[in-house]
Amino acid sequence: MPKDTGIGASSKRREDVRFLSGKGLYTQDIALAGQTYAVMVRSNVAHGKIKSINTANAAAMPGVLAVFTGEDFKDVGGNPAGWLINSRDGTPMREPKRPVLAHGKVRHVGDAYAAIVAETYNQAKDAAQQLADDTEIEELPAIIDMKAAVANPANRVHDEIPDNLCFDWGWIEDNRAAVDAAFKSAPHVTTLELVNNRLVPNAMEPRASIGEYNPGTGDYKLTTTSQNPHLTRLLVAAFVLGIPENKLTVVAPDVGGGFGSKIYHYGEEALVLAAAKKLGRPVRWIAERSESFLSDAHGRDHVTKIELASTKDGEILAIRTETLANVGAYLSNFSTATPTFLHGTLMAGPYKVPHVYVNVKTVFTNTAPVDAYRGAGRPEATFSIERVVDKMCRELGLDPFEVRRKNLLTPDQFPYTTPVGLVYDTGNYQATLDKAVELGDVAGFEARRAASAAKGKLRGMGLSTWIEACGIAPSHLVGVLGSRVGLFDAATVRVNATGNISVMTGAHSHGQGHETVFAQIVADKLGIDESAVDIVHGDTSKIPFGMGSYGSRSLAVCGSAMNKAVDKIIAKGKKIAAHMLEAAEGDIVFEAGKFSVAGTDKAKTFGEIAFSAYVPHNYPLETLEPGLEETAFYDPANFTYPAGAYICEVEVDPETGKVDIASFTCADDFGNVMNPMIVEGQVHGGVGQGIGQALLENTVYDENGQILTASFMDYAMPRADDVPFYTVDHSCATPCTHNPLGVKGCGEAGAIGSPPAVVNAVIDALHRGGHTHVTHIDMPVSPARVWAAING
Amino acid sequence: MTKVTMTVNGKSVSAEVEGRTLLSAFLREGLALTGTHIGCDTTQCGACTVHVDGKAVKSCAVFALDVDGADVRTIEGMANADGSLSVIQQAFQDHHGLQCGFCTPGMVMASAALLADNPKPTEAEVRHHLEGNICRCTGYHNIVKAVLAASGQDVPAVAAE
Amino acid sequence: MFNFDFVKPSTIADAVAAMAQDGAQALSGGQTLTPTMKQRLASPSVLVSLTGIAEMKGVCLGADGLSIGGATTHATVAAEARAHYPALADLAANIGDPMVRNRGTIGGSVANNDPAACYPSAVLASGAVVVTNKRKIAADDYFQGMFSTALDEGEFITGVTFPVPEKAAYVKFNQPASRFALTGVFVAKYASGVRVAVTGASNNGVFRWTEAEAALSASFSAAAVEGLTVSADDLITDLHGTAAYRANLVKVLTKRAVAGAK
Repeated sequence: MPKDTGIGASSKRREDVRFLSGKGLYTQDIALAGQTYAVMVRSNVAHGKIKSINTANAAAMPGVLAVFTGEDFKDVGGNPAGWLINSRDGTPMREPKRPVLAHGKVRHVGDAYAAIVAETYNQAKDAAQQLADDTEIEELPAIIDMKAAVANPANRVHDEIPDNLCFDWGWIEDNRAAVDAAFKSAPHVTTLELVNNRLVPNAMEPRASIGEYNPGTGDYKLTTTSQNPHLTRLLVAAFVLGIPENKLTVVAPDVGGGFGSKIYHYGEEALVLAAAKKLGRPVRWIAERSESFLSDAHGRDHVTKIELASTKDGEILAIRTETLANVGAYLSNFSTATPTFLHGTLMAGPYKVPHVYVNVKTVFTNTAPVDAYRGAGRPEATFSIERVVDKMCRELGLDPFEVRRKNLLTPDQFPYTTPVGLVYDTGNYQATLDKAVELGDVAGFEARRAASAAKGKLRGMGLSTWIEACGIAPSHLVGVLGSRVGLFDAATVRVNATGNISVMTGAHSHGQGHETVFAQIVADKLGIDESAVDIVHGDTSKIPFGMGSYGSRSLAVCGSAMNKAVDKIIAKGKKIAAHMLEAAEGDIVFEAGKFSVAGTDKAKTFGEIAFSAYVPHNYPLETLEPGLEETAFYDPANFTYPAGAYICEVEVDPETGKVDIASFTCADDFGNVMNPMIVEGQVHGGVGQGIGQALLENTVYDENGQILTASFMDYAMPRADDVPFYTVDHSCATPCTHNPLGVKGCGEAGAIGSPPAVVNAVIDALHRGGHTHVTHIDMPVSPARVWAAING
Repeated sequence: MTKVTMTVNGKSVSAEVEGRTLLSAFLREGLALTGTHIGCDTTQCGACTVHVDGKAVKSCAVFALDVDGADVRTIEGMANADGSLSVIQQAFQDHHGLQCGFCTPGMVMASAALLADNPKPTEAEVRHHLEGNICRCTGYHNIVKAVLAASGQDVPAVAAE
Repeated sequence: MFNFDFVKPSTIADAVAAMAQDGAQALSGGQTLTPTMKQRLASPSVLVSLTGIAEMKGVCLGADGLSIGGATTHATVAAEARAHYPALADLAANIGDPMVRNRGTIGGSVANNDPAACYPSAVLASGAVVVTNKRKIAADDYFQGMFSTALDEGEFITGVTFPVPEKAAYVKFNQPASRFALTGVFVAKYASGVRVAVTGASNNGVFRWTEAEAALSASFSAAAVEGLTVSADDLITDLHGTAAYRANLVKVLTKRAVAGAK
């Protein structure tokens, strides 16, 4: 029976009421007295030497209050990379400074080298144009193509970095010889070269930041579009501007989606703070969408060769990959982790693979920085594996479903140590595959194919069985792997005297529905009404600490911290109850909102205990502090491993190459599910983005480094009529073994598992239509590409 | 500066505006009706959708002076008279038709316009009608479901809870 | 956006006077011009809104055909032209999106002559007459290449008159991002012969596919164009499709338009 409240209930989202009434408060909606407007001056060339900037004319224009250039920030810190990756030879990665404003050189179209602050937006815009006119930039050859960047050491994005390589990473280097040997003796080797297309995250709310400074106290406040305000505070305060952390409050109010792009600290955040201090007035910067395309961290952008060694009947023996991963012009905060430890460690997929070796060369180019975007490294791994497995099936004439069954890990093999450094704690991959086959009506495919054929359409079916590592992340492990931060999370549960509760969480909600789900969990555990629990997030002045929301971590990590804090509340409540009920603490049981003496009818309600904690008249003051508020930090023991099986059916119009998604079926294992409605919504959204990557979205730079897809006019976002209703299921649950809620995370699954299912389906359709010469089409599988493949 | 007068959510308002003042800026900055959002600069995303004389338009591509005298409705004017969510707003909550909420005002305004013209749209008609409103969160599944539900139709079995 | 004076005349005569000012620019629905101005790619000093001129609005069937006022929105054409010229109504019903259709106008679209816009194909395939504040211009003389037309400085479109064909259809293949026509083909069958106009495909803007017109005038069937080839010379190659792909679309869409003509 579905529950109607608490854990497992599809509680309606409380945050919806303000969003549906126009009462959400996003950064762009905030207007402050005396506010000023910042406009960034951005490079229109991909690579150039800044010869001179004459600020005088711009500074003298009406309303202009300040002009900043790279010179103003040359003595403050740079925006750092969060992970130190070592190359195969043991040398550390090359790590160029990423300044607040470009200094000396501009390195991508959109690289900000100056900023104007003025009384009005239009005045700032006018002066920005003047400043651009008064700037002399000597254009240098643009380094765009990754292969050319590595092959041509004379052209350098950063003068101090020869060959434009950030690092050359091998995972696991010690296994390489055994992997090579396995390939030498393999009965069959399948090789696939592919591109994982570069994407722009395009959260619908463009980035925005407002800086404030209080000259009386020396306190700064940054209101910004962030997925993790504490991390932003740490970066901007400690690393960039040198502000004491305790003098900076970072607030992320309602945030209109992130998908990774709002994890990172960006130069505009430092700029508005520095400008606010200089002017003594609030300074606001709101990105135009075109600026988002130019300056948000992009995602994916891998060029990969993957090889798969197998027996003739499809048993996987080894996997070997070589990848060029684009990091763009500067290292964004997670950019070095994404193509390595979020990618290489997943390269065994959900399969029994004895030997795996991954090589990633990460390359600087004159393009916008590239970093984690929904899925982050795991979609790239999944796409490579699931495409090459599918290609192997075709080469050997094997059924893709049977080959997966043959190779999937079985439930008795957990915990399973992969050859790429992870320990999968639990799963049942056969169950999700069976469920997808059932829900996707694989048995009925032939009839649907025939019906499509009667309309002149080619129908195909594609499968993807995938795994991800989520719940990021165990600090001890990521520390060994190069992370410069811990990846725990924290929560404070504050029980007020009247029994209602405020929960301060380090996780930030920007669409995930934490305000509802976290309240469900706390209310359920305490046996009180959900409406008595409020979730507070996104304000460093209110929250103990937190590493934010990304990597499908909010519930698994912050939820576990919250759970732990609630347990502390209950433990303290038992002490209070024991005193009030004149019983031994060990005899107190807490159930359904009541503390009672086991085996008696003596009891105190949760509300009575809370009241007593704040009005401690009858209270063990000599051994127990008054008050009822507990904070817990939680550091996970392992990653979590959501997994699933996705089946996509497509119809291809052979005359135009247009691909329509006919159906999409997901069978996921997310462990325990707290709110099915929200979990399903997360899968829908992820699959929508995955279909976008597979069929529509692409970021294209020309050879001069001009971005050709810099607006929604050329960057194809999925629309309502590009996608179908999805069939989603999460009933095949194997609870996570190492966190108290048994949860695995669901935010990224859809984006990880879906792209190969779509592309496999297109290839299947073409083969069934007789176009057997087509072995691969790079994403996005656009009509023009499909038509060219058919006619190629 | 030129004086512009219009009715917004049932109230007459007037102000002095520049020629270049967009309706979206007039609403957001002039009237503090910030539910109308700005998500792009090429008239594509639909987050700024409002109704002008009953028709859905993108307020970021309409000059305030061009709708002098018009009757404008924004998301802030969509609730029932008693402040409760209207049928379409309630359907979005009931069917989880929003996540981050940023595109939501535009989605609600576009959907309301559809249902005013076509009270019982098909799934395909809903999807086609919403092609000018981009959502990055929901994969559109629950938005389409919410609009169909708001029209009083049975939501297709495939989209059932 | 740079600032400007905004004027909204209520008669064509007043609009003509307003347009005579230095730096004047006509504004119709504004669905293209406004974003262009935001990007500072256009900076008129006077913006003359044509949307308040009653005599430039509406759909009316007369002796010369179906006359549509220049300031008539796509939504209005979609609704009011349907009984008289369903292919034209279908075209209007699929321009942009509902919000764009509530503002965008036929006059604005035809004046801008975007090489991927839908309306120019209907105007050219119908042999329509573009009516301006000064004169009447035959469609064959009006379109002069990408974003280029026969309109003079200060001249604006007050209406377009479409001879109504026996049957016609417009088939558009969307550019996936903008949803303009990656290629669109309008086929119109008249007693005097068939006209075929192609938008979205050519570096020279909308054009007539005369070989198909001859073949279809002889035999109005999809099979009639089967044997024809479309030269990819002068067709557009961009992110969304090569010239060869567009050449293929021209033929495929023409066949589909013929099959679907009504």
